[in-house]
Amino acid sequence: MEKKSFVCIECPRGCLLTVEEGEGAPRVSGNFCPRGKAYAEAEVTCPRRVLTATVRGKTQRVPVKTRGEIRRDLLFSVMEKVHAVRVDGPLKIGDVVLADVDGEGTDLVAAANYDGE
Amino acid sequence: MKRDLVIIGGGPAGLAAAIAAYDKGVRDILVVERESRPGGILKQCIHNGFGLTRFKESMTGPEYAQRFIDEAEKRKIEILTDTFVTRLTDKKEVTCMNERGIFTIQARAVILAMGCRERSKGALNIAGTRPAGLFSAGTAQKYVNLYGMLPGKRVVILGSGDIGLIMARRMTLEGAKVLCVCEIRPHSSGLRRNIAQCLDDFGIPLYLQHTIVEIRGKERVEGVVVAAVDKDKRPIAGTEKVFECDTVLFSVGLIPENELTKGAGIPLDGRTKGCTVDGDRETQAEGIFACGNVLHVHDLVDFVSEEAEIAGSAAAEYLFGGERQKRLIPVQAGQNVSYVLPQRLDAASESPQKLYFRVTGAIKNAVVRVEGGDGVREWKKIAVAPGEMEHITLPPAYFREAEGLCVSVLAQEA
Repeated sequence: MEKKSFVCIECPRGCLLTVEEGEGAPRVSGNFCPRGKAYAEAEVTCPRRVLTATVRGKTQRVPVKTRGEIRRDLLFSVMEKVHAVRVDGPLKIGDVVLADVDGEGTDLVAAANYDGE
Repeated sequence: MKRDLVIIGGGPAGLAAAIAAYDKGVRDILVVERESRPGGILKQCIHNGFGLTRFKESMTGPEYAQRFIDEAEKRKIEILTDTFVTRLTDKKEVTCMNERGIFTIQARAVILAMGCRERSKGALNIAGTRPAGLFSAGTAQKYVNLYGMLPGKRVVILGSGDIGLIMARRMTLEGAKVLCVCEIRPHSSGLRRNIAQCLDDFGIPLYLQHTIVEIRGKERVEGVVVAAVDKDKRPIAGTEKVFECDTVLFSVGLIPENELTKGAGIPLDGRTKGCTVDGDRETQAEGIFACGNVLHVHDLVDFVSEEAEIAGSAAAEYLFGGERQKRLIPVQAGQNVSYVLPQRLDAASESPQKLYFRVTGAIKNAVVRVEGGDGVREWKKIAVAPGEMEHITLPPAYFREAEGLCVSVLAQEA
């Protein structure tokens, strides 16, 4: 039986969540609301985060983000792919910069308009 | 040159104010922006989490700014970029400087939207030399996000403000090693979710009640000495620890940028470091309004936009109808409240008034109490903390007869 504690980030209340993992579903305590339970369960099974970064444009950096959350343990390997990207054409917010950047179907998209310069 | 409305600053506050004023019928609007593009500090805030309140989605800073830039363009609102405002008077004269020269605009109304700047390390009085490698967190953010340059490889961050936390994550993802974040106070000044997502996710320690007592290195930072502090924030001898690093980031607070305001002789509030305003966000100079971080430092840009819309709409009303007859009453900060904004309220107003405030310390199961109007009103809050701005809304019936209001926050009795 493994016990983990962390602060819930869903709202300013900041519940101290405790998750007990053993046989069957993880048991969550300390949560004030169902959102805390869902957050805690995701945190112990597979924490996910949105990654934001910039890629190289012609004369400036272009902000990018993953369209949706990716596995937290993939953040650094995805960053390596992001570092290799160079964009040269104009981009609109939401345009795909690198498809399937995490190998699980999440695209890297432009997070700012880029005029191509 | 004469203009109806001049807005100083083309960041989120200035843009939202311009759009609101336009939508109330003002057509002769000039936004003066010192940088070459509008959007303000959001241009370099590439992390997500913006817009959750306003747009119900998590956006990056540039995405949030673009929504407002698009709206301004749709309305053909004139934005004069690469232009500094060098002087403002309480007669609404705005002196600008750009490559064409120096010129003064006589405005009929002015909105101050200059934002804020970072508190500098100079204000901290740390011993040691002044080697390269000392940056404010926002400067580091500019280097990394706008120029694609990493200011250092081994980093210690002083202060747990949100920008410092965000930069701890950002520099870690870019390959730097962030050794720790030191916070002199017993609590972090950043949002809790940023501590979880920016520090805990990457195993970066946060040392509360610790500070940097010495910076080592001559040409370049070589290390810092960190010590624990007592309850009076004095370093405790014998607790010193040395961290070898090449970079120190300072994330020690933001200050509204009010040099122009001071020059115009418009009174400021000692606590917010911004103007004292009424519910319209009108300053004590008639026809001059203020909104956004130049008025008080916000945690969330969503509330900057909301405040700017109040100022923009009120400026439009002023332009069309002149100064309204107001019955201004003071709004005071009571127990456990560091400030309330607006500082004055028009008791003759027919619309509900929203009061924004910050508490002096964290309280769980808090009760917000307003007195001075029609009885005592109370609101329950699950938790309040100094790092998170709170608000309540009062109906006109409550303050119509009032001579002054007082907002306090108390711990709920069990």
